[in-house]
Amino acid sequence: MAFEGLADRLQHVMNKIRGKGKVTEADVKEMMREVRLALLEADVNFKVVKDFVKKVSERAVGQEVLKSLTPGQQVIKVVKEELTELMGGENSKIAVASRPPTVVMMVGLQGAGKTTTTGKLANLLRKKHNRKPLLVAADIYRPAAIKQLETLGKQLNIPVFSLGDQVSPVEIAKQAIAKAKEEHHDYVLIDTAGRLHIDEALMDELKQIKEMTKPDEIFLVVDAMTGQDAVNVAQSFNEQLGLTGVILTKLDGDTRGGAALSIKAVTNTPIKFVGMGEKLDALEPFHPERMASRILGMGDVLTLIEKAQAAVDEEKAKELEQKMRTASFTLDDFLEQLGQVRKLGPLDEILKMLPGANKVKGLNNLQIDEKQISRVEAIIRSMTKEEKMNPDIINSSRKKRIAKGSGTTVQDVNRLLKQFDEMKKMMKMMTTMPKGKKKGFRFPFM
Amino acid sequence: MSFFKKLKEKIAKQADTVTEKFKRGLEKTRDSFAGKVNDLIARYRKVDEEFFEELEEILIASDVGVATVMDFIDELKMEVKRRNIQDPKEMYSVISEKLIDIYQASGDETTELNIQPNGLTVILFVGVNGVGKTTTIGKLAYKLKNEGKKVMLAAGDTFRAGAIEQLEVWGERVGVEVIKQSAGSDPAAVMYDAIQAAKSRNVDILLCDTAGRLQNKVNLMKELEKVKRVIEREVPGAPHEVLLVLDATTGQNAMSQAKTFKEATNVTGIVLTKLDGTAKGGIVLAIRHELNIPVKFVGLGEKMDDLEPFQAEQFVYGLFSSFMEREEAQGE
Repeated sequence: MAFEGLADRLQHVMNKIRGKGKVTEADVKEMMREVRLALLEADVNFKVVKDFVKKVSERAVGQEVLKSLTPGQQVIKVVKEELTELMGGENSKIAVASRPPTVVMMVGLQGAGKTTTTGKLANLLRKKHNRKPLLVAADIYRPAAIKQLETLGKQLNIPVFSLGDQVSPVEIAKQAIAKAKEEHHDYVLIDTAGRLHIDEALMDELKQIKEMTKPDEIFLVVDAMTGQDAVNVAQSFNEQLGLTGVILTKLDGDTRGGAALSIKAVTNTPIKFVGMGEKLDALEPFHPERMASRILGMGDVLTLIEKAQAAVDEEKAKELEQKMRTASFTLDDFLEQLGQVRKLGPLDEILKMLPGANKVKGLNNLQIDEKQISRVEAIIRSMTKEEKMNPDIINSSRKKRIAKGSGTTVQDVNRLLKQFDEMKKMMKMMTTMPKGKKKGFRFPFM
Repeated sequence: MSFFKKLKEKIAKQADTVTEKFKRGLEKTRDSFAGKVNDLIARYRKVDEEFFEELEEILIASDVGVATVMDFIDELKMEVKRRNIQDPKEMYSVISEKLIDIYQASGDETTELNIQPNGLTVILFVGVNGVGKTTTIGKLAYKLKNEGKKVMLAAGDTFRAGAIEQLEVWGERVGVEVIKQSAGSDPAAVMYDAIQAAKSRNVDILLCDTAGRLQNKVNLMKELEKVKRVIEREVPGAPHEVLLVLDATTGQNAMSQAKTFKEATNVTGIVLTKLDGTAKGGIVLAIRHELNIPVKFVGLGEKMDDLEPFQAEQFVYGLFSSFMEREEAQGE
């Protein structure tokens, strides 16, 4: 099960073409086959793929690619542009009713993550939009679903409305809205039970809740790992209820998430948010361009850059640069740098965001041991100020002491010192080298 | 057609209720898959490149992995060449035969659970979030209890809000004891407690729930390894089964799940849930074909007794019953 990104796939075709001097229409056709496979492997629905490939082919054959010197890259560009366009613009707005409360209904299949997402959404409304939401436990079927929402409410300190599991969801929704008006909640989030889109009785129940509460938003919560059936699910929910938005969950997994494209293509409702983790603040706006890269297996550089910008203190970075220039980079600085890298998140996740990282020898399936980094930190922290400023003074008895203090061995200390030394030399070279010739250096823990 | 006859005879020996349940549960799958193949065969006069391309699409639409489909189509093409088949109608038997070949290529493994004749049997459940682990445990507890076993449940999902309570409700429904600690406690400690309790109360089978986790979360997978180690240490030879619960609506990612969980916990079998609502189930083919993990149970509905041992024959019969009826009609 080789999951190859589109770039890699096209590379194979390009290697065949290379040397022919001219790209023919047949070559483009072959490239389109690769595009098709890449999308299918990402779980994009086959019908959607078919239409999409047709559209892209037309653009590609129409001169744009044939004339280009780098047809492979040109194809990727066209594909990515079309894909981004298909997925629509960024739109993470939530409706505001002219007369509060604004009612939001959460619907979806079992296990998609409705209850968790409801909690996250309430958190977002309060934190980012300064709202006062009320959570409504209308899933009376799944054992302990009410309890789950109540627990989330307690964690977030947001009130939960519940009438137990013996009252009909329609009645619960009705009373919840009355209560929200009474207590001046401006948002009512109704967590409904998971159901199959083909279950008529339960779909009718949703229609009744809709009838009763006149919701301003109906969000379909979809597991990003959903396969080809995503289309049928989304279409069915949309036809029966009229969705206003989609929330994709579990996108922090390693799925390509082609379901996003399928859903957008058949329902034409915007994907508003994505669930990116188990914590209650892990709900993010949907970025179509990043999703396009992800579906094509091109890595997520933008997210990485954003994360880096958020984590790195600019002033400190300048200071560091200055130190590198003057080669006065000390172990203390190194320690700080490590801390900044770690702020980006678990290292293996960072690596995953780099395009092609899974192709680089040695990086493939690399399990970075976070403990190893902690060990490096421990070693440096066990040094005296003097030692950190001037590591040359560290003799064998000092090494013994440092090893003891950090719970490591003298060999570990030696290794770190040696690597630090090499790193410093590398920095000196980098800063004296003309631009564009910089070479990467290895962190001591890699 | 001797092939279908054999299959039918095999199934005839099994209770009609089970066959019915499979047929009902797989209605969606059958309608979409067999219906499309029927339609395809009716539309084409000749078996050609376009015919294969459409067949490829039908298989992909059933979530059979892309790699598996490509292998399958290649084999089919060879077979067609060998037998010099021109008429699409002849494709019925070729397609079904080759599909079952994929199932059986990995050998006739049993779907029976590895239950110890004497002493405690421990079964560990693993999987990503929202696939139905807790529900499956409830259903399996009901089934095993009806078979006269003394069953106990271990509430190892200490992370998700309400997970412990959910298992407790199942425990009450089925009438079996649930061993738990407070939310947020160490799941390995819960397992330790549960095993001690199971031993002292002479329990036959201990079903261990765990928190759902995405397979790319290294730390959480390590935690799972630890849970397994604790079980191994406390009961020699345990866990006797590690069942990976998979959602049948999942696409290609199911393969990555099966692979990673197998590496971390040495999965011995798969429970495929929510098979009743989906037009798919093709992932079963792909997993068998590429990873050789047997499917042991399938979830065919929401009721307590809607968990059935997986039977390849039943599954295939459910998929192809309309094929077979057609074959029979032709034979007469």
